[in-house]
Amino acid sequence: MAHKRKEMLIDPLVDNNPITLQVLGICSALAVTSSLKVAVVMAIAVTLVTAFSSMFISMLRNHIPGSIRIIVQMVIIASLVILVDQMLKAYAFEISKTLSVFVGLIITNCIVMGRAEAFAMKNPPLDSFIDGIGNGLGYGLILMLVGTIRELFGSGSLFGVTILETVNNGGWYVPNGLLLLPPSAFFIIGLIIWAFRSWKTNQVEEREYKIQTVEAH
Amino acid sequence: MSDNNKNAPKGFIGRFLALPTDSVPKTIFVAVAVCLVASMIVSAAAVALRPTQAVNALKDKQINILQVAGIYDPSQDVLEAFAAFEPKVLELATGEFTDQFDPASFDDRSAADDPATSVALSDDPAGIVRQGKFVTVYLLRDEAGAIDKVILPIHGYGLWSTLYGFIALEENGNDIFGLQFYEHAETPGLGAEVDNPRWKALWNGKKLVDDSGELQISVTKAVPPAGKDYHIDALAGATLTTAGVHNLVNFWMGEAGYRRFLENLKAGNV
Repeated sequence: MAHKRKEMLIDPLVDNNPITLQVLGICSALAVTSSLKVAVVMAIAVTLVTAFSSMFISMLRNHIPGSIRIIVQMVIIASLVILVDQMLKAYAFEISKTLSVFVGLIITNCIVMGRAEAFAMKNPPLDSFIDGIGNGLGYGLILMLVGTIRELFGSGSLFGVTILETVNNGGWYVPNGLLLLPPSAFFIIGLIIWAFRSWKTNQVEEREYKIQTVEAH
Repeated sequence: MSDNNKNAPKGFIGRFLALPTDSVPKTIFVAVAVCLVASMIVSAAAVALRPTQAVNALKDKQINILQVAGIYDPSQDVLEAFAAFEPKVLELATGEFTDQFDPASFDDRSAADDPATSVALSDDPAGIVRQGKFVTVYLLRDEAGAIDKVILPIHGYGLWSTLYGFIALEENGNDIFGLQFYEHAETPGLGAEVDNPRWKALWNGKKLVDDSGELQISVTKAVPPAGKDYHIDALAGATLTTAGVHNLVNFWMGEAGYRRFLENLKAGNV
């Protein structure tokens, strides 16, 4: 059992990553990765919300009627997100201003709902909690990767500390402005998915179509 | 959350829990119970954390006042730096300071909601519904004790939200030093670009009224006939937020806003 739990924690990092394999939670990954600091806070927030919502939903799973299942999950997730938002406003005001609406949008993050539906409704609370942590970390890992690339090459810094002195500040580095805009995250996530699937070829999805060759008459 | 429920197999709650999960009474029971518990947790957190949040919001407002006046230094203590300002409660109708209220405790927003200290606007271009008769303004004096800058609170409706901010004017009451919003919920990347330092820098050095005393300031796409001195370029992709900023600046700088006070300031009667 302990072995299985460890797997549940490690699996979503690479082998079953919510972003690269399940391709969930892309929206917020585009929005909050222009700087690492924000990406870290977002990753922590999503991890906590996923873990605790999965745990609570799993506790109630035998009592949740099928007809209002999604709404009950939403109520639990939304309450937790409001809690996180209130905590950030009280103890990390600057960051909560930068994250602005994206904290609220954790409610609609597919990863949280996805784990609630796919895992927590069928598994005991502790397993669901660990599964939530694992998936949150998997999401966080990709967020950090994308954030590192975007902040380093977009503004020449990491965590706000200057690494590459930009031309604007009298240095030599000409920052790539595209990396500060959301579309760049699409390209980077696309490249990461490509890299992951070249490395772990079993992640490559089967084609839904076949190219047919027609014999010439 | 469910632990309490599980430990009470009998009684009122237990009866409901024992029902088949998909039956109508159980569905209603679960819906009501989940909503009740969730709302209690959320409201408890909101109430418990409010004091800390209020302190943060006040500090943030003070930092914004320092920034708009161009004297913000992150290494300095905010409260200490903020002591450079002289807060005053201003009566808009007369354009003169009043001693009726203590500027340290006067709350502009609750005063604007109170019928005794506010008026309902019939002509309301800024979309604020009620306007307070009194507002708190901040004076920044130079070493000789003469007024260097005045920082005036302004607010008005953009696209999604009311934008709250400050405008800093030079001692002549006509030259803009800076403009900054400290609270709004406009679209990130579009309307929220009102926070963009490059856009905010456009305000520096612009003038409110022309030589004939006509209010000319505009935030539009095209440069108006009055010329560049009175024009701030609109934000790309944020037509409605820009229009909101244009309207609110014109409203607050006009007759219904600070016009009397600014004339007094110009005449040296402050």
